[in-house]
Amino acid sequence: MTNLVETKVTGFVHSTESFGSVDGPGVRFIIFMQGCRMRCQFCHNPDTWNIGAGRERSTDELLNEALKYRPYWGQKGGITISGGEPLLQLDFLIDIFKKAKALGINTTIDTCGKPFTHEEPFFSKFNELMKYTDLLLFDIKHIDNEQHKILTTQSNTNILEMATYLSDIGKPVWIRHVLVPERSDYDEYLIRLDKFIKTLKNVDRVEILPYHKLGMYKWQDMGIDYPLKGIDPPTEERVSNAKKLLHTSDYRGYLTRSN
Amino acid sequence: METTKDVAVTRAHAWDGFKGRIWKEEINTRDFIKNNYTPYEGNSSFLVDPSDATNELWGKLQDLQKQERANGGVLDMDADTVSFSNAFAPGYIDEKAKDSEAIVGLQTDKPLKRAFMPFGGIKMAEEALTNYGYEPNPKFHEIFTKYHKTHNQGVFDTYTPEIRAARRNKIITGLPDTYGRGRIVGDYRRVALYGIDYLMEEKFKDHENCGDGTMTDDVIQLREEITDQYNALKRMKEMAASYGFDISVPAVNAKEAVQWTYFGYLAAIKEQNGAAMSIGRISTFLDIYIQRDIANGTLTEDGAQELIDHLVMKLRMVKFARIPSYNELFTGDPVWATLSIGGMGVDGRSMVTKNDFRFLHTLENMGPSPEPNLTVLYSSRLPETFKDYAAKISIDTSSIQYENDDVMRVTWGDDYAICCCVSATQTGKEMQFFGARANLAKCLTYAINGGVDEKNKVQVGPKYQAVTSEYLDYDEVMEKYENMMDWLAGLYVNTLNLIHHSHDKYYYEASEMALIDTDVKRTFATGIAGFSHVIDSLSAIKYAKVKTIRDENGLVVDYETEGEFPKYGNDDERADEIGVWLLKTFLEKIEKRHTYRNSEPTTSILTITSNVVYGKATGSLPDGRRAGEPLSPGANPSYGAEQNGLLASLNSVAKLPYEYALDGISNTQSINPDALGHDEDDQVENLVRVLDGYFDQGAHHLNVNVFGKEKLVDAMEHPEKEEYANFTIRVSGYAVKFIDLTREQQMDVISRTFHDRM
Repeated sequence: MTNLVETKVTGFVHSTESFGSVDGPGVRFIIFMQGCRMRCQFCHNPDTWNIGAGRERSTDELLNEALKYRPYWGQKGGITISGGEPLLQLDFLIDIFKKAKALGINTTIDTCGKPFTHEEPFFSKFNELMKYTDLLLFDIKHIDNEQHKILTTQSNTNILEMATYLSDIGKPVWIRHVLVPERSDYDEYLIRLDKFIKTLKNVDRVEILPYHKLGMYKWQDMGIDYPLKGIDPPTEERVSNAKKLLHTSDYRGYLTRSN
Repeated sequence: METTKDVAVTRAHAWDGFKGRIWKEEINTRDFIKNNYTPYEGNSSFLVDPSDATNELWGKLQDLQKQERANGGVLDMDADTVSFSNAFAPGYIDEKAKDSEAIVGLQTDKPLKRAFMPFGGIKMAEEALTNYGYEPNPKFHEIFTKYHKTHNQGVFDTYTPEIRAARRNKIITGLPDTYGRGRIVGDYRRVALYGIDYLMEEKFKDHENCGDGTMTDDVIQLREEITDQYNALKRMKEMAASYGFDISVPAVNAKEAVQWTYFGYLAAIKEQNGAAMSIGRISTFLDIYIQRDIANGTLTEDGAQELIDHLVMKLRMVKFARIPSYNELFTGDPVWATLSIGGMGVDGRSMVTKNDFRFLHTLENMGPSPEPNLTVLYSSRLPETFKDYAAKISIDTSSIQYENDDVMRVTWGDDYAICCCVSATQTGKEMQFFGARANLAKCLTYAINGGVDEKNKVQVGPKYQAVTSEYLDYDEVMEKYENMMDWLAGLYVNTLNLIHHSHDKYYYEASEMALIDTDVKRTFATGIAGFSHVIDSLSAIKYAKVKTIRDENGLVVDYETEGEFPKYGNDDERADEIGVWLLKTFLEKIEKRHTYRNSEPTTSILTITSNVVYGKATGSLPDGRRAGEPLSPGANPSYGAEQNGLLASLNSVAKLPYEYALDGISNTQSINPDALGHDEDDQVENLVRVLDGYFDQGAHHLNVNVFGKEKLVDAMEHPEKEEYANFTIRVSGYAVKFIDLTREQQMDVISRTFHDRM
């Protein structure tokens, strides 16, 4: 149904960052959406969890803010919407990306896929959003469903479904995997993840993100126990082991993909 | 003097294959370059590793540098020779292996031995000696106190009580009245292209043509100076002859061209200990000679890189004897042997040659180093290959600064060079009267307190009406601030006029000026300290509520600020427009004054490491900065003010129009390598995008540091670790070995914003 009156589309935003250089191609303006249902043990932004909190901001306002940084984007850069979980605010995403695409801006979503479902009204809106989305940074937190539940409190079934769906519709993704010692950093799991990624036809890049503790202070600030206390970031050997097992260097589509 | 025929023969040989006409008929290095250089668009794969000789010499030099550090910062000093270009016997890094030095020449007869330079001030020259345990020579004490005045004495003979008070209370400070003003870059390339004899002939002609016959003050002064320049050229020849070279004639090959150019510079650093002794823009010029030799088979790429490595090694060795108060202002023994590379020509061609790559490559061949102060004249139109390589070297060494060639070329043409930290002058056509800086943050407290110094509680400025209300009113403060700034600008310009009169008279830069056109253009470089704090303070007064806290005498000594207010460094127009206003207003107040020798007034937003010293002398401010804390350096936003990331901060600085601050707008940013990209290719590409975006918006300068805070903390705690011996960082205006900073300055660097979101 179409609204007869043009309304201002707003979303709940945690914060923005003018210089994103590790969340998609090139230099990017990052919008961190507020709200997420996952409770990942390694989360470095637990302050984005709470749904309905954050600052309500309009798509136009954010787009104008982003455009101030366009001189830095070159051919590749653009806007990445991260979070929190952006897919919880589809109307906002559709509106801002539709406007961004009209201006020729590269649009990227950083998601864990958890809200994905073939049910309505989500599915139609999601398909609409995909029209205006150039790339998804798709986080697979754990390939094993039971372990996924331990690590994030949620199952990964519909997450893997979403990965397959994106492959079916040929939407480019970068698969990202946070490497956490004693959680995901086991050869067995990495090999299984590799097998799964190989079933996808839309993977431009595979990135290993070594777990880091930079978000730990936020847990403390919020008065919650940090579940990974005593776990250090993975060693360089383990990181290169993971890269090898996931064959990250085989995925080079990102080098040649143009908007 | 040679006969005309001999000149023709030597020239024909030296200039064989070089194109163009004008540069052959007059001194015109730029015209020579334009007609003969080969732009290079390729990548860095042609570069070669250091030669055995380079490794050996660099190893020896590093040993000497270690000894120097172990010795308290100075390896050796000479108390018994007044330094002139021809005053010392030749010196080598290693006397026994002197043949392995492709380029020769030291400031004194021994490596890292510091010369005695009394003309800037006998008191300081002697203090430098005693400070490091050397005995001043009584003979020189007598000469320079009894029979010959020095610059420092000259200045203090003319200072007024008001200037002395302003200086003592540090509302103007860091002035070149106790050290050489520096910032004069001779066109050292002229020595190679023309040989000294021709340059002497031309100066002789200038002397004959100076004035219309009426001996006005300025004609008399100039006639005397030209004679000084002529004599300096003669000394230069003698100096080169002592090393076995005849520089009376032009250089005939690349090795000679590098050597001759260096001799020109060497004369300058033997005769002057200015705060900045830049070598200028030489890479494209020297590349022409290298190309010619490679083409005719007399030089290989290995040989070419060795020449550049050895020249740069010499530039890493420049040292002056300094006093403690100088070291506080400019810590880490900087000399600003600034070397400018890159840039675009006014004809639209890139001026990047293979030699620009070779100079960057010295940071790989011999590791990171603060000197020479390597400056990339940046334009987004430079070859991508060169931008990528510079970015890679930045990421690996944090030793490079970038300056916007697109904004500077408009004012200075395409043969300017950076003459100090960030400031441009046209090579061979201009000189600069360097003027340190006025503390505009302190000026704000004077405005509020009616000219009474908030630290020393004495009347320094004029006794204007002080603010009497409890809460600060924006309009009232602005009116008072403008008036106080007007007083300060007048006093500041007066002070600099006295300084430069005295410097010209007692410490004239004859050897540098000999390599600059006689009809020289002069700029008068003032500067601003405390920039971000004034913006944020005025913003606090305007947008929040600022309550004054007074001492028992009613003097405002502190502030309580209630509520939020926009801060400079967040791309917020409300704060940023105050910055533009401040810069423009200060410049206007400077511009309306008479400046010495009708020089062109400019200003800068640049503090060097003096932001720490300035901060110590400055009381609390309405923006929340506490009394005594360092001011933020250069045009950087204040500590903790940047809330929206690197690009928001860069956008704020980029809004400051360069035409209001032709002397430079310095910005220093530190980025965690992980926040720049996941792998080196991404990091290089992203850094280039940052530089393109920043400079395309008209910003002037950027120091790029790529490291994490942890590394600094570790280096501070463990300076003895081998990996930190050459750990170089960019600070406002120069590069420095981190372990050479004072603890206070190390803390200051660590407390600054690191862009590290991952």
